[in-house]
Amino acid sequence: MRKLPWISFLVIGAMVFAALFAPWLTPYTPIEQSLPEKLLPPFWEAKGSTKYLLGTDIFGRDILTRLLHGAQVSLIVTGLSLLVGGGVGLAIGIVSGYIGGRVDAFLMRLVDAAFTFPSILFALLLAMTMGQGLGTLVAAIGLLLWAGFARVIRGEVLALKERDFIALAKVHGCSETRIMITHILPNVMNTFMVLVTLNVGIVIVAEASLSFLGAGVPPPTPSWGLMVAEGRGKISSAWWLSLIPGIAITLVVLAFNLFGDWLRDRLDPKLRQL
Amino acid sequence: MHRYIVKRLFQGVMLLIMVTTIVFVVGRLTGNPVDLILPEEASEQERQDMIETLGLDGPMHEQFFVFVANAVQGDLGWSIRYRQPATDVFFSRLPNTLMLLPAAMILAVVMAIPLGIISALRRGGATDRISGTIAVLGIATPNFWLGILLIYIFSVQLGWLPSARMGDWTHYVLPTVTLGTFLVAGFMRLIRSSMLEILESEFVKLARIKGLSETRVIWKHCLRNALIPVLSLWGVFMGGLVTGAIVTETVFAWPGIGRLTYEAVLFRDYPLLQAVIIMDAVLIVFINLVVDILYAYVDPRIRYT
Repeated sequence: MRKLPWISFLVIGAMVFAALFAPWLTPYTPIEQSLPEKLLPPFWEAKGSTKYLLGTDIFGRDILTRLLHGAQVSLIVTGLSLLVGGGVGLAIGIVSGYIGGRVDAFLMRLVDAAFTFPSILFALLLAMTMGQGLGTLVAAIGLLLWAGFARVIRGEVLALKERDFIALAKVHGCSETRIMITHILPNVMNTFMVLVTLNVGIVIVAEASLSFLGAGVPPPTPSWGLMVAEGRGKISSAWWLSLIPGIAITLVVLAFNLFGDWLRDRLDPKLRQL
Repeated sequence: MHRYIVKRLFQGVMLLIMVTTIVFVVGRLTGNPVDLILPEEASEQERQDMIETLGLDGPMHEQFFVFVANAVQGDLGWSIRYRQPATDVFFSRLPNTLMLLPAAMILAVVMAIPLGIISALRRGGATDRISGTIAVLGIATPNFWLGILLIYIFSVQLGWLPSARMGDWTHYVLPTVTLGTFLVAGFMRLIRSSMLEILESEFVKLARIKGLSETRVIWKHCLRNALIPVLSLWGVFMGGLVTGAIVTETVFAWPGIGRLTYEAVLFRDYPLLQAVIIMDAVLIVFINLVVDILYAYVDPRIRYT
């Protein structure tokens, strides 16, 4: 058995804590501007002060405060997208695997197509036509996720439906819907949970990338990707604007990926090949 | 072999139909597509003309027919920002992206094959550990941030490499590394895991018993088979490359189709974005078809099933 990924727990725990208690952790708000104190470096640099531990941005907003509040935005977007995208994928996977035949063939062609075409393009299209916002972002990222879930869950269901307890349920007179919901669904939940954890990193990067491209949550909401984008033009004079939020993204994604790997080995080792 | 290619071609056409349909539907979601297609300052007369040419006063299925008929003829509307046909803008930028993509792929192949092989041969050794760490980091680091980090280190601090636009070979280094990193990480993991599997297989044992040199066993018998999963997952990598190109070209002000996608969003140039999406789909279908044929060549099992 693999070691518990302690560092992952620590980073994820810190992020959840920041997301929950952000307003009480700092004396500033993420959107209040203070122009006289703009572009202050982090405290360890020559001109930095301990008043703003990680420095301030072009509007004099505290970077640390925006990071903490950004954790909230990230987690909300991640949670909702996984619920929507993962949920749709789960449903399609179960139906496709259990019903089989033409339905299965059709749905799996859709999945193949979704894998081939970069859904970030649809996300950008949605953002332009429907306007930026949480709903658009969740829909866009959901679009990115469903196919992966559907394919893996379908594989599981194909194996499950040959088992004796499903045959017994049929003999017993259960309807197809009932079999899918009460007999198949609980048995693929482990796999579903592993997929959710393995996808958290992908979602966080997707959210950050879309925000970076100007198609995520609209400013001045603090999003990590948006913070990296806003600091990009100042990289030669104020490195902390872009690099600090980027470190936060990488750390969190790394933590979730390692945690996902661990969970997979623990709950569902046959997913290893993925 | 013919049946295989026809099947793949059919799948490509399916993808194109799907993408076109989604673009059409999303464009109609907001109600009035004329507001999306024409610049804000367009006159009432221009609006009426547009409604007429696109048949927007007709029923939905007729509108779709006009849309597809135009698309097939290469007419995907006029770019609002560039004031010329959107497909012309796309093709004027395409060569610049076609310079960058192969560079990233070459980097991935040159790095991933030797590292993947050595990692599999000396499992748990120094190379395995280091390349494993690089792979994990490479997958966790978002492209756009990696680009900015590289600019900070190599352009701002060290002053070795240019940070933006096209030019001599030095301009290629940072964008190539930025775009190629996830490919290196992905290829390396795949090659390592399939090498581990193949090294255990019967035909490798046989090759060794026959007394072939280790170099020949590894490079001829193992590698060729280890590359199969890379080719079969190619479609996924291709999608990733297109996504990566959007972000990388944006960071490095690289005048290719990725940067064009970003500009379309930035300047709210809907016809241009629509054209880029459909043309990207055509490009992806074409490249994947070439790879599929290559795949059938490398793996004879594909040809006969």
